[in-house]
Amino acid sequence: MTEAAFPEGSSSQPAVDIGDVMQKLAEHKGCGTEGGSGKASCGSSAGPADMAPEIWEKVKNHPCYSEEAHHHYARMHVAVAPACNIQCNYCNRKYDCANESRPGVVSERLTPEQASKKVLAVASTIPQMTVLGIAGPGDPLANPQKTFETFRLISEVAPDIKLCLSTNGLALPDWVDEIAKYKVDHVTITINMIDPEIGQHIYPWVFWENKRLQGYEAAKILTERQLLGLEMLTERGILAKINSVMIPGINDKHLVEVNKAVKSRGAFLHNIMPLISAPEHGTVFGLNGQRGPTAQELKALQDECEGDMNMMRHCRQCRADAVGLLGEDRSAEFTTDKIMAMDVEYDAEGRKAYQQAVESERQAKVEAKQSELDGLEKAGDTKLLVAVATKGHGIINEHFGHAKEFQIYELSGKGAKFVGHRRVDLYCQGGYGEEDALDTVITAINDCHAVFVSKIGGCPKADLIEAGIEPVDQYAHEFIEQSALVWFKDYLAKVEAGEIVHVDRGDAAIRQGALLSQAS
Amino acid sequence: MAYKIVASQCTNCTACEALCPNMAISEAKGTFVIDPDKCTECIGHFDDPQCVAICPVDNTCVIDSAYPRYQA
Ligand code: SF4
Ligand code: SF4
Ligand code: SF4
Repeated sequence: MTEAAFPEGSSSQPAVDIGDVMQKLAEHKGCGTEGGSGKASCGSSAGPADMAPEIWEKVKNHPCYSEEAHHHYARMHVAVAPACNIQCNYCNRKYDCANESRPGVVSERLTPEQASKKVLAVASTIPQMTVLGIAGPGDPLANPQKTFETFRLISEVAPDIKLCLSTNGLALPDWVDEIAKYKVDHVTITINMIDPEIGQHIYPWVFWENKRLQGYEAAKILTERQLLGLEMLTERGILAKINSVMIPGINDKHLVEVNKAVKSRGAFLHNIMPLISAPEHGTVFGLNGQRGPTAQELKALQDECEGDMNMMRHCRQCRADAVGLLGEDRSAEFTTDKIMAMDVEYDAEGRKAYQQAVESERQAKVEAKQSELDGLEKAGDTKLLVAVATKGHGIINEHFGHAKEFQIYELSGKGAKFVGHRRVDLYCQGGYGEEDALDTVITAINDCHAVFVSKIGGCPKADLIEAGIEPVDQYAHEFIEQSALVWFKDYLAKVEAGEIVHVDRGDAAIRQGALLSQAS
Repeated sequence: MAYKIVASQCTNCTACEALCPNMAISEAKGTFVIDPDKCTECIGHFDDPQCVAICPVDNTCVIDSAYPRYQA
Protein backbone atom coordinates (compact mmCIF):
# COMPACT_ATOMS: atom_id res chain seq x y z
CA MET A 1 0.00 0.00 0.00
CA THR A 2 1.49 3.35 -0.92
CA GLU A 3 1.63 6.30 1.38
CA ALA A 4 -0.14 8.56 -1.05
CA ALA A 5 -3.11 6.29 -1.08
CA PHE A 6 -3.80 6.57 2.59
CA PRO A 7 -2.32 9.82 3.73
CA GLU A 8 -4.61 9.91 6.71
CA GLY A 9 -3.55 6.61 8.13
CA SER A 10 -0.09 5.93 6.83
CA SER A 11 2.55 4.98 9.29
CA SER A 12 4.63 8.11 8.85
CA GLN A 13 1.89 10.13 10.45
CA PRO A 14 0.46 9.72 13.90
CA ALA A 15 -2.81 7.86 14.02
CA VAL A 16 -5.86 9.99 14.49
CA ASP A 17 -6.26 10.99 18.11
CA ILE A 18 -9.76 9.89 18.90
CA GLY A 19 -10.05 12.21 21.88
CA ASP A 20 -9.38 15.09 19.58
CA VAL A 21 -11.89 13.76 17.10
CA MET A 22 -14.55 13.44 19.74
CA GLN A 23 -13.86 16.97 20.84
CA LYS A 24 -14.25 18.23 17.29
CA LEU A 25 -17.42 16.27 16.83
CA ALA A 26 -18.85 17.59 20.05
CA GLU A 27 -18.10 21.10 18.88
CA HIS A 28 -19.68 20.30 15.58
CA LYS A 29 -22.85 19.29 17.47
CA GLY A 30 -24.45 17.00 15.02
CA CYS A 31 -26.53 18.79 12.49
CA GLY A 32 -27.14 21.95 10.64
CA THR A 33 -27.50 24.42 13.44
CA GLU A 34 -24.61 26.75 12.88
CA GLY A 35 -25.15 28.94 9.87
CA GLY A 36 -21.54 29.94 9.46
CA SER A 37 -20.22 27.04 7.50
CA GLY A 38 -23.29 26.81 5.35
CA LYS A 39 -23.96 23.26 6.26
CA ALA A 40 -27.60 22.60 6.69
CA SER A 41 -27.94 18.91 6.44
CA CYS A 42 -27.03 15.89 8.37
CA GLY A 43 -25.02 12.72 8.54
CA SER A 44 -21.82 14.65 8.82
CA SER A 45 -22.32 17.00 5.95
CA ALA A 46 -19.83 19.28 7.59
CA GLY A 47 -17.03 20.55 5.46
CA PRO A 48 -13.43 21.26 6.35
CA ALA A 49 -14.36 24.38 8.31
CA ASP A 50 -15.61 22.58 11.35
CA MET A 51 -14.20 19.10 11.13
CA ALA A 52 -10.74 17.87 11.94
CA PRO A 53 -8.92 17.71 8.60
CA GLU A 54 -7.86 14.10 9.11
CA ILE A 55 -11.47 13.08 9.70
CA TRP A 56 -12.66 15.05 6.72
CA GLU A 57 -10.03 13.28 4.63
CA LYS A 58 -11.43 9.97 5.74
CA VAL A 59 -15.07 10.70 5.20
CA LYS A 60 -15.27 13.17 2.35
CA ASN A 61 -15.44 10.63 -0.43
CA HIS A 62 -17.32 8.02 1.50
CA PRO A 63 -20.93 7.77 0.40
CA CYS A 64 -21.97 6.12 3.64
CA TYR A 65 -20.33 8.52 6.06
CA SER A 66 -20.89 11.80 4.35
CA GLU A 67 -24.42 12.71 3.41
CA GLU A 68 -23.09 15.10 0.86
CA ALA A 69 -20.65 12.65 -0.67
CA HIS A 70 -23.33 10.10 -1.27
CA HIS A 71 -24.65 12.23 -4.08
CA HIS A 72 -21.32 12.04 -5.88
CA TYR A 73 -19.37 8.97 -4.94
CA ALA A 74 -20.17 5.35 -5.36
CA ARG A 75 -19.51 2.31 -3.28
CA MET A 76 -19.51 -1.34 -4.04
CA HIS A 77 -19.83 -4.42 -1.95
CA VAL A 78 -18.32 -7.76 -2.82
CA ALA A 79 -20.02 -10.87 -1.55
CA VAL A 80 -17.07 -12.93 -0.37
CA ALA A 81 -18.30 -13.71 3.13
CA PRO A 82 -21.20 -16.14 3.14
CA ALA A 83 -20.93 -17.65 6.63
CA CYS A 84 -22.47 -16.06 9.69
CA ASN A 85 -21.96 -16.67 13.40
CA ILE A 86 -25.21 -15.39 14.84
CA GLN A 87 -28.89 -15.48 13.93
CA CYS A 88 -31.08 -12.38 13.82
CA ASN A 89 -34.85 -12.43 13.88
CA TYR A 90 -34.97 -10.07 10.91
CA CYS A 91 -32.84 -12.27 8.73
CA ASN A 92 -33.69 -15.41 6.84
CA ARG A 93 -30.67 -16.85 5.13
CA LYS A 94 -32.73 -18.53 2.43
CA TYR A 95 -33.85 -15.21 1.01
CA ASP A 96 -32.41 -11.78 0.48
CA CYS A 97 -32.58 -9.92 3.73
CA ALA A 98 -34.38 -6.62 3.51
CA ASN A 99 -32.53 -5.21 6.49
CA GLU A 100 -29.12 -3.62 6.72
CA SER A 101 -26.38 -4.70 4.39
CA ARG A 102 -26.44 -8.36 5.10
CA PRO A 103 -28.72 -10.07 2.67
CA GLY A 104 -29.06 -13.78 3.17
CA VAL A 105 -28.49 -14.80 -0.38
CA VAL A 106 -26.69 -13.00 -3.11
CA SER A 107 -26.79 -13.89 -6.72
CA GLU A 108 -23.17 -14.87 -6.75
CA ARG A 109 -20.59 -15.87 -4.20
CA LEU A 110 -17.13 -14.59 -5.16
CA THR A 111 -13.68 -15.85 -4.37
CA PRO A 112 -11.20 -13.17 -3.22
CA GLU A 113 -9.55 -13.30 -6.67
CA GLN A 114 -12.85 -12.79 -8.47
CA ALA A 115 -13.75 -10.04 -6.06
CA SER A 116 -10.56 -8.14 -6.69
CA LYS A 117 -11.03 -8.43 -10.45
CA LYS A 118 -14.58 -7.18 -10.06
CA VAL A 119 -13.43 -4.17 -8.05
CA LEU A 120 -10.93 -3.26 -10.75
CA ALA A 121 -13.53 -3.66 -13.47
CA VAL A 122 -16.01 -1.47 -11.65
CA ALA A 123 -13.44 1.14 -10.66
CA SER A 124 -12.36 1.48 -14.27
CA THR A 125 -15.93 1.83 -15.50
CA ILE A 126 -17.26 4.03 -12.71
CA PRO A 127 -14.57 6.56 -11.76
CA GLN A 128 -16.55 7.79 -8.76
CA MET A 129 -16.25 4.35 -7.12
CA THR A 130 -14.16 5.17 -4.06
CA VAL A 131 -15.28 2.69 -1.46
CA LEU A 132 -15.17 -1.06 -1.33
CA GLY A 133 -17.09 -2.76 1.41
CA ILE A 134 -17.37 -6.32 2.58
CA ALA A 135 -20.66 -6.76 4.31
CA GLY A 136 -21.73 -10.28 3.77
CA PRO A 137 -23.89 -11.98 2.81
CA GLY A 138 -22.92 -13.45 6.19
CA ASP A 139 -20.50 -11.78 8.55
CA PRO A 140 -17.10 -10.74 7.13
CA LEU A 141 -15.35 -11.70 10.38
CA ALA A 142 -16.93 -15.13 10.38
CA ASN A 143 -15.04 -15.56 7.08
CA PRO A 144 -11.77 -13.88 8.06
CA GLN A 145 -9.50 -15.59 5.52
CA LYS A 146 -11.69 -14.64 2.57
CA THR A 147 -12.29 -11.14 3.85
CA PHE A 148 -8.67 -10.24 4.53
CA GLU A 149 -7.38 -11.95 1.40
CA THR A 150 -9.78 -9.77 -0.59
CA PHE A 151 -8.54 -6.65 1.16
CA ARG A 152 -4.95 -7.66 0.55
CA LEU A 153 -5.46 -8.23 -3.17
CA ILE A 154 -7.33 -4.97 -3.65
CA SER A 155 -4.92 -2.85 -1.68
CA GLU A 156 -2.16 -4.16 -3.93
CA VAL A 157 -3.78 -3.26 -7.22
CA ALA A 158 -5.96 -0.27 -6.31
CA PRO A 159 -4.46 1.42 -3.28
CA ASP A 160 -6.62 4.52 -3.63
CA ILE A 161 -9.80 2.65 -2.86
CA LYS A 162 -11.02 2.92 0.69
CA LEU A 163 -11.83 -0.33 2.42
CA CYS A 164 -14.64 -0.86 4.84
CA LEU A 165 -16.41 -3.72 6.46
CA SER A 166 -19.63 -4.27 8.26
CA THR A 167 -19.94 -6.77 11.08
CA ASN A 168 -22.24 -7.96 13.83
CA GLY A 169 -19.30 -7.51 16.18
CA LEU A 170 -19.16 -10.95 17.75
CA ALA A 171 -15.72 -11.74 16.35
CA LEU A 172 -14.55 -8.13 16.12
CA PRO A 173 -12.16 -8.02 19.11
CA ASP A 174 -10.20 -10.93 17.63
CA TRP A 175 -9.64 -9.14 14.33
CA VAL A 176 -9.11 -5.49 15.20
CA ASP A 177 -5.37 -5.70 14.67
CA GLU A 178 -5.78 -7.36 11.31
CA ILE A 179 -8.30 -4.65 10.37
CA ALA A 180 -5.74 -2.02 11.31
CA LYS A 181 -3.05 -3.83 9.32
CA TYR A 182 -5.01 -3.56 6.07
CA LYS A 183 -5.77 0.09 6.79
CA VAL A 184 -9.46 -0.59 6.81
CA ASP A 185 -10.50 2.80 8.04
CA HIS A 186 -14.24 2.38 8.30
CA VAL A 187 -15.95 -0.34 10.26
CA THR A 188 -19.69 -0.63 10.74
CA ILE A 189 -21.03 -2.58 13.70
CA THR A 190 -24.69 -3.45 13.88
CA ILE A 191 -25.71 -2.84 17.50
CA ASN A 192 -29.39 -3.24 18.21
CA MET A 193 -29.19 -3.35 21.99
CA ILE A 194 -26.89 -3.06 25.00
CA ASP A 195 -29.24 -4.92 27.33
CA PRO A 196 -29.40 -8.72 26.96
CA GLU A 197 -33.00 -8.68 28.23
CA ILE A 198 -33.87 -6.85 25.04
CA GLY A 199 -31.31 -8.66 22.95
CA GLN A 200 -32.87 -12.05 23.56
CA HIS A 201 -35.92 -10.90 21.60
CA ILE A 202 -33.76 -9.96 18.62
CA TYR A 203 -31.18 -12.74 18.53
CA PRO A 204 -32.30 -16.35 18.90
CA TRP A 205 -28.73 -17.63 19.09
CA VAL A 206 -25.03 -16.89 18.71
CA PHE A 207 -22.25 -19.34 17.98
CA TRP A 208 -19.62 -18.88 20.66
CA GLU A 209 -16.66 -21.05 21.61
CA ASN A 210 -17.95 -24.01 19.63
CA LYS A 211 -21.41 -23.88 21.15
CA ARG A 212 -24.74 -22.44 20.18
CA LEU A 213 -25.83 -20.10 22.98
CA GLN A 214 -29.41 -18.95 23.25
CA GLY A 215 -31.54 -16.32 24.97
CA TYR A 216 -30.08 -13.97 27.57
CA GLU A 217 -26.72 -15.69 27.61
CA ALA A 218 -26.32 -15.28 23.85
CA ALA A 219 -27.26 -11.62 23.86
CA LYS A 220 -24.95 -10.92 26.80
CA ILE A 221 -21.89 -12.28 25.01
CA LEU A 222 -22.86 -10.41 21.85
CA THR A 223 -23.24 -7.01 23.50
CA GLU A 224 -20.01 -7.43 25.49
CA ARG A 225 -18.08 -8.31 22.35
CA GLN A 226 -19.64 -5.50 20.32
CA LEU A 227 -18.79 -2.80 22.85
CA LEU A 228 -15.30 -4.19 23.42
CA GLY A 229 -14.73 -4.24 19.67
CA LEU A 230 -15.93 -0.66 19.36
CA GLU A 231 -13.56 0.48 22.12
CA MET A 232 -10.66 -1.30 20.45
CA LEU A 233 -11.39 0.38 17.12
CA THR A 234 -11.57 3.77 18.78
CA GLU A 235 -8.23 3.19 20.51
CA ARG A 236 -6.64 2.50 17.15
CA GLY A 237 -8.16 5.48 15.39
CA ILE A 238 -10.34 3.39 13.08
CA LEU A 239 -13.62 5.13 12.37
CA ALA A 240 -16.60 3.17 13.62
CA LYS A 241 -20.16 3.61 12.49
CA ILE A 242 -23.01 1.97 14.34
CA ASN A 243 -26.07 0.63 12.56
CA SER A 244 -29.20 -0.07 14.58
CA VAL A 245 -32.40 -1.59 13.31
CA MET A 246 -35.41 0.10 14.91
CA ILE A 247 -37.92 -2.54 15.98
CA PRO A 248 -41.05 -0.93 17.45
CA GLY A 249 -42.01 -2.37 20.83
CA ILE A 250 -38.68 -4.18 21.20
CA ASN A 251 -35.78 -1.76 21.02
CA ASP A 252 -37.25 1.56 19.84
CA LYS A 253 -36.99 3.41 23.16
CA HIS A 254 -33.85 1.50 24.11
CA LEU A 255 -31.98 2.83 21.07
CA VAL A 256 -31.58 6.15 22.89
CA GLU A 257 -29.49 4.23 25.46
CA VAL A 258 -27.61 2.49 22.69
CA ASN A 259 -26.89 5.88 21.17
CA LYS A 260 -25.36 7.11 24.44
CA ALA A 261 -23.34 3.93 24.92
CA VAL A 262 -21.80 3.96 21.46
CA LYS A 263 -21.18 7.67 21.50
CA SER A 264 -19.28 7.44 24.78
CA ARG A 265 -17.11 4.74 23.23
CA GLY A 266 -16.14 6.90 20.30
CA ALA A 267 -18.53 5.86 17.52
CA PHE A 268 -18.39 8.39 14.75
CA LEU A 269 -21.86 7.98 13.30
CA HIS A 270 -25.05 6.29 14.39
CA ASN A 271 -27.37 5.09 11.70
CA ILE A 272 -30.85 4.09 12.82
CA MET A 273 -32.64 2.09 10.17
CA PRO A 274 -36.25 0.98 10.06
CA LEU A 275 -37.04 -2.70 10.42
CA ILE A 276 -38.32 -3.96 7.13
CA SER A 277 -40.57 -6.87 7.69
CA ALA A 278 -43.15 -8.72 5.64
CA PRO A 279 -44.39 -12.30 5.90
CA GLU A 280 -42.98 -13.19 2.48
CA HIS A 281 -39.45 -12.50 3.73
CA GLY A 282 -39.85 -15.61 5.89
CA THR A 283 -38.07 -14.06 8.85
CA VAL A 284 -39.16 -14.56 12.46
CA PHE A 285 -40.29 -10.94 12.60
CA GLY A 286 -41.97 -11.19 9.23
CA LEU A 287 -43.90 -14.27 10.25
CA ASN A 288 -44.91 -13.12 13.73
CA GLY A 289 -46.31 -9.86 12.41
CA GLN A 290 -43.68 -7.58 13.96
CA ARG A 291 -44.19 -4.24 12.23
CA GLY A 292 -41.58 -1.72 11.19
CA PRO A 293 -41.69 1.93 12.27
CA THR A 294 -43.57 4.63 10.37
CA ALA A 295 -41.62 7.46 8.81
CA GLN A 296 -42.64 9.76 11.64
CA GLU A 297 -41.58 7.32 14.37
CA LEU A 298 -38.22 6.83 12.70
CA LYS A 299 -37.60 10.51 12.30
CA ALA A 300 -38.62 11.25 15.90
CA LEU A 301 -36.10 8.71 17.18
CA GLN A 302 -33.38 9.97 14.85
CA ASP A 303 -34.06 13.52 15.99
CA GLU A 304 -33.92 12.47 19.64
CA CYS A 305 -30.56 10.78 19.18
CA GLU A 306 -29.17 13.53 17.02
CA GLY A 307 -28.66 16.05 19.84
CA ASP A 308 -24.92 15.73 19.93
CA MET A 309 -23.95 13.14 17.45
CA ASN A 310 -23.86 12.68 13.73
CA MET A 311 -26.82 10.69 12.55
CA MET A 312 -26.86 9.08 9.21
CA ARG A 313 -30.15 9.24 7.42
CA HIS A 314 -29.21 8.30 3.91
CA CYS A 315 -28.36 4.64 4.39
CA ARG A 316 -29.94 2.63 1.63
CA GLN A 317 -29.66 -0.72 3.34
CA CYS A 318 -28.01 -2.04 0.27
CA ARG A 319 -27.34 -5.63 -0.62
CA ALA A 320 -24.03 -7.32 0.00
CA ASP A 321 -23.25 -7.17 -3.70
CA ALA A 322 -24.52 -3.68 -4.43
CA VAL A 323 -22.64 -1.57 -6.94
CA GLY A 324 -23.05 2.10 -7.65
CA LEU A 325 -24.19 5.33 -6.07
CA LEU A 326 -26.29 4.81 -2.99
CA GLY A 327 -29.80 4.01 -4.05
CA GLU A 328 -28.62 2.63 -7.34
CA ASP A 329 -27.56 -0.89 -8.08
CA ARG A 330 -25.57 -1.64 -11.19
CA SER A 331 -24.50 -5.08 -10.05
CA ALA A 332 -26.17 -6.74 -13.04
CA GLU A 333 -23.56 -5.10 -15.29
CA PHE A 334 -20.79 -6.81 -13.38
CA THR A 335 -21.59 -10.48 -13.11
CA THR A 336 -18.67 -12.85 -12.75
CA ASP A 337 -18.94 -14.00 -16.36
CA LYS A 338 -18.83 -10.46 -17.67
CA ILE A 339 -15.94 -9.49 -15.41
CA MET A 340 -13.79 -12.44 -16.23
CA ALA A 341 -14.24 -11.57 -19.91
CA MET A 342 -13.35 -7.91 -19.37
CA ASP A 343 -9.95 -6.55 -20.19
CA VAL A 344 -9.37 -4.23 -17.28
CA GLU A 345 -6.92 -1.42 -17.15
CA TYR A 346 -6.75 0.48 -13.91
CA ASP A 347 -6.71 4.16 -14.77
CA ALA A 348 -5.56 5.85 -11.59
CA GLU A 349 -4.99 9.20 -13.32
CA GLY A 350 -8.43 9.28 -14.93
CA ARG A 351 -10.05 8.49 -11.64
CA LYS A 352 -8.19 11.28 -9.94
CA ALA A 353 -9.21 13.81 -12.59
CA TYR A 354 -12.82 12.77 -12.32
CA GLN A 355 -12.76 13.09 -8.57
CA GLN A 356 -11.28 16.56 -8.80
CA ALA A 357 -14.12 17.62 -11.07
CA VAL A 358 -16.56 16.29 -8.51
CA GLU A 359 -14.90 18.36 -5.81
CA SER A 360 -15.54 21.60 -7.70
CA GLU A 361 -19.10 20.54 -8.39
CA ARG A 362 -19.63 19.96 -4.69
CA GLN A 363 -18.13 23.30 -3.85
CA ALA A 364 -20.56 25.01 -6.22
CA LYS A 365 -23.45 23.24 -4.57
CA VAL A 366 -22.42 24.31 -1.09
CA GLU A 367 -22.10 27.91 -2.25
CA ALA A 368 -25.48 27.82 -3.93
CA LYS A 369 -27.10 26.60 -0.75
CA GLN A 370 -25.32 29.25 1.28
CA SER A 371 -26.65 32.00 -0.95
CA GLU A 372 -30.23 31.15 -0.06
CA LEU A 373 -29.90 31.11 3.70
CA ASP A 374 -30.64 34.83 4.02
CA GLY A 375 -34.23 35.77 4.57
CA LEU A 376 -35.17 32.50 6.23
CA GLU A 377 -35.90 34.17 9.57
CA LYS A 378 -39.47 34.58 8.39
CA ALA A 379 -39.96 30.86 8.80
CA GLY A 380 -40.22 31.18 12.57
CA ASP A 381 -41.16 27.74 13.83
CA THR A 382 -42.54 26.59 10.51
CA LYS A 383 -40.93 23.32 9.44
CA LEU A 384 -41.98 21.16 6.56
CA LEU A 385 -40.81 18.28 4.42
CA VAL A 386 -40.41 18.16 0.67
CA ALA A 387 -39.66 15.21 -1.59
CA VAL A 388 -37.13 15.39 -4.42
CA ALA A 389 -36.71 13.19 -7.48
CA THR A 390 -33.00 12.96 -8.22
CA LYS A 391 -30.53 10.70 -9.93
CA GLY A 392 -27.65 12.13 -7.93
CA HIS A 393 -25.13 15.00 -8.02
CA GLY A 394 -27.39 17.01 -5.70
CA ILE A 395 -29.55 18.13 -8.62
CA ILE A 396 -33.28 17.84 -9.35
CA ASN A 397 -32.87 15.65 -12.39
CA GLU A 398 -35.40 12.84 -12.35
CA HIS A 399 -38.87 12.52 -13.88
CA PHE A 400 -41.66 12.00 -11.39
CA GLY A 401 -42.73 8.86 -13.21
CA HIS A 402 -39.24 7.35 -13.38
CA ALA A 403 -38.26 7.92 -9.79
CA LYS A 404 -37.53 4.76 -7.84
CA GLU A 405 -37.08 6.76 -4.69
CA PHE A 406 -37.53 10.26 -3.37
CA GLN A 407 -35.11 12.12 -1.16
CA ILE A 408 -36.73 13.93 1.71
CA TYR A 409 -35.53 17.34 2.90
CA GLU A 410 -36.71 19.22 5.94
CA LEU A 411 -37.06 22.97 5.36
CA SER A 412 -36.99 25.30 8.34
CA GLY A 413 -35.57 28.62 9.46
CA LYS A 414 -32.21 26.87 9.64
CA GLY A 415 -32.11 25.84 6.02
CA ALA A 416 -32.61 22.65 4.08
CA LYS A 417 -31.65 19.40 5.74
CA PHE A 418 -31.59 15.96 4.19
CA VAL A 419 -33.57 13.66 6.46
CA GLY A 420 -34.09 10.47 4.52
CA HIS A 421 -35.30 8.78 1.41
CA ARG A 422 -38.38 6.82 0.44
CA ARG A 423 -38.37 3.91 -1.90
CA VAL A 424 -41.25 3.68 -4.32
CA ASP A 425 -40.15 0.96 -6.69
CA LEU A 426 -41.89 -2.33 -7.15
CA TYR A 427 -39.89 -4.35 -4.69
CA CYS A 428 -40.96 -2.16 -1.85
CA GLN A 429 -44.62 -2.62 -2.55
CA GLY A 430 -44.47 -6.08 -1.04
CA GLY A 431 -47.15 -6.33 1.59
CA TYR A 432 -48.99 -3.25 0.48
CA GLY A 433 -51.54 -4.90 -1.75
CA GLU A 434 -52.77 -3.84 -5.12
CA GLU A 435 -52.30 -0.12 -5.09
CA ASP A 436 -51.36 1.50 -8.34
CA ALA A 437 -48.01 3.17 -8.73
CA LEU A 438 -49.25 6.68 -8.06
CA ASP A 439 -50.97 5.71 -4.82
CA THR A 440 -47.73 4.08 -3.78
CA VAL A 441 -45.85 7.31 -4.28
CA ILE A 442 -48.47 9.39 -2.51
CA THR A 443 -48.45 7.08 0.51
CA ALA A 444 -44.68 7.17 0.60
CA ILE A 445 -44.40 10.98 0.54
CA ASN A 446 -47.69 11.78 2.25
CA ASP A 447 -45.87 13.76 4.93
CA CYS A 448 -44.44 16.19 2.35
CA HIS A 449 -45.81 19.56 1.28
CA ALA A 450 -44.25 19.47 -2.17
CA VAL A 451 -42.43 17.20 -4.55
CA PHE A 452 -39.63 18.54 -6.75
CA VAL A 453 -39.18 16.86 -10.12
CA SER A 454 -37.54 17.59 -13.45
CA LYS A 455 -40.75 16.72 -15.28
CA ILE A 456 -44.22 15.44 -14.51
CA GLY A 457 -47.31 14.52 -16.52
CA GLY A 458 -50.70 16.19 -16.26
CA CYS A 459 -52.57 13.36 -14.56
CA PRO A 460 -50.23 12.67 -11.68
CA LYS A 461 -49.95 16.42 -11.24
CA ALA A 462 -53.69 16.73 -10.64
CA ASP A 463 -53.77 13.76 -8.29
CA LEU A 464 -50.87 15.10 -6.26
CA ILE A 465 -52.55 18.47 -5.89
CA GLU A 466 -55.69 16.72 -4.76
CA ALA A 467 -53.65 14.83 -2.16
CA GLY A 468 -52.32 18.17 -0.94
CA ILE A 469 -48.79 17.75 -2.30
CA GLU A 470 -47.61 20.50 -4.60
CA PRO A 471 -45.78 19.24 -7.71
CA VAL A 472 -42.86 21.59 -8.46
CA ASP A 473 -41.11 21.30 -11.82
CA GLN A 474 -39.74 24.78 -12.43
CA TYR A 475 -36.37 23.97 -10.83
CA ALA A 476 -35.47 21.16 -13.21
CA HIS A 477 -31.69 20.54 -13.32
CA GLU A 478 -30.97 23.00 -10.55
CA PHE A 479 -29.39 22.35 -7.13
CA ILE A 480 -31.76 20.64 -4.71
CA GLU A 481 -31.17 22.61 -1.55
CA GLN A 482 -30.96 25.99 -3.20
CA SER A 483 -34.19 25.39 -5.15
CA ALA A 484 -35.99 24.04 -2.12
CA LEU A 485 -35.08 27.15 -0.13
CA VAL A 486 -36.20 29.50 -2.90
CA TRP A 487 -39.50 27.63 -3.03
CA PHE A 488 -39.76 27.68 0.77
CA LYS A 489 -39.31 31.43 0.97
CA ASP A 490 -41.94 31.84 -1.71
CA TYR A 491 -44.23 29.54 0.26
CA LEU A 492 -43.68 31.54 3.45
CA ALA A 493 -44.44 34.76 1.60
CA LYS A 494 -47.71 33.34 0.33
CA VAL A 495 -48.65 32.22 3.83
CA GLU A 496 -47.83 35.69 5.12
CA ALA A 497 -49.94 37.30 2.40
CA GLY A 498 -52.82 35.04 3.36
CA GLU A 499 -52.86 33.36 -0.08
CA ILE A 500 -52.43 29.93 1.47
CA VAL A 501 -52.77 28.48 4.93
CA HIS A 502 -49.96 26.40 6.37
CA VAL A 503 -51.23 23.05 7.62
CA ASP A 504 -49.30 20.10 8.99
CA ARG A 505 -49.17 16.94 6.89
CA GLY A 506 -49.82 13.39 8.12
CA ASP A 507 -47.48 10.44 8.43
CA ALA A 508 -46.05 8.34 5.61
CA ALA A 509 -45.37 4.65 5.12
CA ILE A 510 -41.74 3.63 4.99
CA ARG A 511 -40.73 1.97 1.80
CA GLN A 512 -37.08 1.97 2.29
CA GLY A 513 -35.47 -1.30 1.51
CA ALA A 514 -32.69 -3.29 0.07
CA LEU A 515 -32.28 -2.45 -3.55
CA LEU A 516 -32.63 -5.53 -5.67
CA SER A 517 -30.88 -5.62 -8.97
CA GLN A 518 -33.89 -7.39 -10.42
CA ALA A 519 -35.98 -4.38 -9.54
CA SER A 520 -33.92 -2.04 -11.65
CA MET B 1 -22.23 -42.89 12.25
CA ALA B 2 -22.75 -39.62 10.64
CA TYR B 3 -24.63 -36.44 10.05
CA LYS B 4 -25.99 -35.50 6.64
CA ILE B 5 -27.12 -32.24 5.06
CA VAL B 6 -30.64 -31.92 3.70
CA ALA B 7 -29.73 -30.48 0.33
CA SER B 8 -33.04 -28.74 -0.32
CA GLN B 9 -32.57 -26.68 2.88
CA CYS B 10 -28.91 -25.79 2.55
CA THR B 11 -28.25 -22.13 1.69
CA ASN B 12 -24.65 -22.81 0.67
CA CYS B 13 -23.45 -20.43 3.32
CA THR B 14 -20.22 -22.44 3.80
CA ALA B 15 -20.28 -21.92 7.56
CA CYS B 16 -20.20 -25.59 8.50
CA GLU B 17 -17.32 -26.44 6.18
CA ALA B 18 -14.68 -24.50 8.08
CA LEU B 19 -15.84 -25.68 11.50
CA CYS B 20 -15.81 -29.42 10.94
CA PRO B 21 -12.91 -30.88 12.95
CA ASN B 22 -12.65 -33.80 10.54
CA MET B 23 -12.84 -31.91 7.25
CA ALA B 24 -15.83 -34.07 6.44
CA ILE B 25 -17.80 -31.30 4.73
CA SER B 26 -17.30 -30.10 1.18
CA GLU B 27 -19.16 -28.42 -1.63
CA ALA B 28 -20.60 -30.64 -4.31
CA LYS B 29 -23.02 -29.81 -7.10
CA GLY B 30 -24.36 -26.60 -5.66
CA THR B 31 -24.83 -27.79 -2.10
CA PHE B 32 -22.75 -28.95 0.81
CA VAL B 33 -22.32 -32.60 1.69
CA ILE B 34 -20.90 -34.56 4.61
CA ASP B 35 -18.63 -37.52 3.97
CA PRO B 36 -20.10 -40.16 6.29
CA ASP B 37 -16.76 -41.94 6.52
CA LYS B 38 -15.10 -38.88 8.00
CA CYS B 39 -17.87 -37.54 10.24
CA THR B 40 -17.47 -38.50 13.90
CA GLU B 41 -20.50 -36.51 15.09
CA CYS B 42 -17.82 -34.27 16.56
CA ILE B 43 -17.32 -36.80 19.34
CA GLY B 44 -13.91 -36.37 20.90
CA HIS B 45 -13.68 -32.81 19.59
CA PHE B 46 -16.66 -30.81 20.81
CA ASP B 47 -19.72 -31.25 22.97
CA ASP B 48 -22.03 -30.29 20.13
CA PRO B 49 -21.88 -31.24 16.47
CA GLN B 50 -20.47 -28.05 14.95
CA CYS B 51 -22.38 -28.20 11.70
CA VAL B 52 -25.68 -28.36 13.58
CA ALA B 53 -24.68 -25.52 15.89
CA ILE B 54 -23.72 -23.08 13.14
CA CYS B 55 -26.24 -23.94 10.44
CA PRO B 56 -28.63 -21.01 9.91
CA VAL B 57 -31.45 -23.27 8.81
CA ASP B 58 -32.84 -25.55 11.51
CA ASN B 59 -33.10 -29.29 10.73
CA THR B 60 -30.64 -29.07 7.86
CA CYS B 61 -27.71 -30.92 9.41
CA VAL B 62 -29.36 -34.06 10.74
CA ILE B 63 -28.42 -37.57 11.84
CA ASP B 64 -28.23 -39.92 8.89
CA SER B 65 -30.04 -43.00 10.14
CA ALA B 66 -28.59 -45.06 7.32
CA TYR B 67 -25.47 -45.30 9.44
CA PRO B 68 -25.10 -46.61 12.99
CA ARG B 69 -24.22 -43.98 15.63
CA TYR B 70 -20.53 -43.23 15.89
CA GLN B 71 -18.58 -45.04 18.58
CA ALA B 72 -15.54 -43.21 19.83
S1 SF4 C 1 -25.60 -0.63 3.54
FE1 SF4 C 1 -25.72 1.43 4.32
S2 SF4 C 1 -23.70 1.73 5.14
FE2 SF4 C 1 -23.51 0.04 3.74
S3 SF4 C 1 -22.98 0.92 1.80
FE3 SF4 C 1 -25.16 0.74 1.86
S4 SF4 C 1 -25.77 2.74 2.54
FE4 SF4 C 1 -23.65 2.54 3.09
S1 SF4 D 1 -21.04 -33.54 13.09
FE1 SF4 D 1 -19.03 -32.69 13.41
S2 SF4 D 1 -17.71 -34.16 12.38
FE2 SF4 D 1 -19.74 -34.53 11.60
S3 SF4 D 1 -19.88 -33.26 9.78
FE3 SF4 D 1 -20.73 -32.09 11.46
S4 SF4 D 1 -19.00 -30.87 12.12
FE4 SF4 D 1 -18.14 -32.54 10.91
S1 SF4 E 1 -24.19 -24.38 7.52
FE1 SF4 E 1 -26.12 -25.28 6.81
S2 SF4 E 1 -26.79 -23.90 5.20
FE2 SF4 E 1 -24.66 -23.43 5.56
S3 SF4 E 1 -23.56 -24.66 4.05
FE3 SF4 E 1 -23.66 -25.85 5.93
S4 SF4 E 1 -25.50 -27.09 5.71
FE4 SF4 E 1 -25.62 -25.50 4.19
